[in-house]
Amino acid sequence: MYLNNIFSDPVRLERLSDISQSAWLPLLEGLVQYTIPLTLIAFVLGLILAVLTALARISTVKILQWIARVYVSIIRGTPLLVQLFILFYGLPTIGVVIDPFPAAILGFSLNVGAYASEVIRASILSIPKGQWEAADTIGMTYVQSLRRVILPQAARVSIPPLSNTFISLVKDTSLASLILVTEMFRIAQQIAATNYEFLLLYGQAALIYWVVCFLLSIGQGRLEHRFDRYVSR
Amino acid sequence: MISIRNLHKKFGDLEVLKGIDVDVQKGQAIVVIGPSGSGKTTFLRCLNILEVPTAGSVTIDDQTADFSKPFSKRQITAFRKQSAMVFQHYNLFPHMTALENVMEGPIIVQKKDKAAARKKAEAILTKVGLSDKMDYYPFQLSGGQQQRVGIARALALEPKVMLFDEPTSALDPELVGEVLQVMKDLASEGMTMVVVTHEMRFAKGVADEVLFMDGGKIVERGKPEDIFNNPKEERTQQFLNLIEKTDVI
Ligand SMILES: Nc1ncnc2c1ncn2[C@@H]1O[C@H](COP(=O)(O)OP(=O)(O)O)[C@@H](O)[C@H]1O
Ligand SMILES: [Mg+2]
Repeated sequence: MYLNNIFSDPVRLERLSDISQSAWLPLLEGLVQYTIPLTLIAFVLGLILAVLTALARISTVKILQWIARVYVSIIRGTPLLVQLFILFYGLPTIGVVIDPFPAAILGFSLNVGAYASEVIRASILSIPKGQWEAADTIGMTYVQSLRRVILPQAARVSIPPLSNTFISLVKDTSLASLILVTEMFRIAQQIAATNYEFLLLYGQAALIYWVVCFLLSIGQGRLEHRFDRYVSR
Repeated sequence: MISIRNLHKKFGDLEVLKGIDVDVQKGQAIVVIGPSGSGKTTFLRCLNILEVPTAGSVTIDDQTADFSKPFSKRQITAFRKQSAMVFQHYNLFPHMTALENVMEGPIIVQKKDKAAARKKAEAILTKVGLSDKMDYYPFQLSGGQQQRVGIARALALEPKVMLFDEPTSALDPELVGEVLQVMKDLASEGMTMVVVTHEMRFAKGVADEVLFMDGGKIVERGKPEDIFNNPKEERTQQFLNLIEKTDVI
């Protein structure tokens, strides 16, 4: 019935087309202004946090291991949306007020940090012990061994799972709409609220997410290829 | 050059080295033989402090590491500089080319000038017969070539002592010769070497002394011709019979 209506009603079709066309620009603005920066900043900060957490987990210092475990356990054991709500709506009740965008950065960074730390830990542990020893025997310090020998090899192993984390993050940033960050999905919601064309606007947003993720998966392939230059295939 | 006194190493309750005393003069090549599990690898690793001995002392040149006293990581690193290790499984850095593997120590650890380090690395690789393989990644090289890169990487550090842990035992038989040749050349240039190997020809031709290890102790030591032709200890005889029969590593 409804479908019939759309395609037999030229006025409605025209209206949909107009709404759709005028929505692209604001949606892309939301993408460029918030979705992409949020993704990139949170991913970079998250990765730094993840490496530190992974190193703490594999260190021999009990207290560091323990802190890392608790952190990862809390983040993995609670919903991302709940974490964001605690940061943005919860903390102000004890006097800690954070703006939407920094709150989102904080939430997503903590999240990436915990998940990626498990990936990085596993990758570091997958590097044969002989590599540490070879680094030792040429006189490298712990930090030199990590930077020059272990992490570059661990990076290769980590690329596929970290790419998944990255692509998930792009989509998860839509949750930031619920703490008032005017990223792409919030813009879609705002436009739809004025004209009630929910399917159209959410569909447009979905299409943009999909294109971005598709491009990223191409980038992932290229990156993997570059890192594979030193392994036989 | 090297003087090892009463060296002990335990892993938990397992005592792997039970008091080793060895002296090596400058320019000597010592070959260590012995059955699997007798502690040969652990012995070498203790000299490079890849394993920390539980007791005893090691002196290399003018530096002494006394393991009955506490010591810092920095002291270990400083002591380690005097020797360089060649591993059974090469342990090359797979993400670096042959040349980069060899330059890594001089540039990153010794902070040498890049251009000079490169020149030197090229010279060393040429010396081990790999002048045409410098830009190859380890996976593109044969086992024998990889091990020669391993030797070059160790040489680039300009160690006073070279330690070899069964450097040819992971190699196909036809590739063993090229690696032994490089080691022979080193010995004849006067490099001080401690070599764990069961290559009899190498031991006979190159070693100044052969040590037979069993059960964490040095059971017998002597000139290669004495050890191989008239071993005094029964365990040495048994072991030599075994490797002659099966020709295993
Ligand atoms: N890191 C370690 N932890 C526990 N036991 C070890 C370790 N390394 C070696 N061992 C034990 O020490 C003994 C001697 O080993 P190793 O030095 O490798 O002998 P070899 O090189 O003569 O075959 C073996 O019984 C081995 O299982
Ligand atoms: Mg061994």
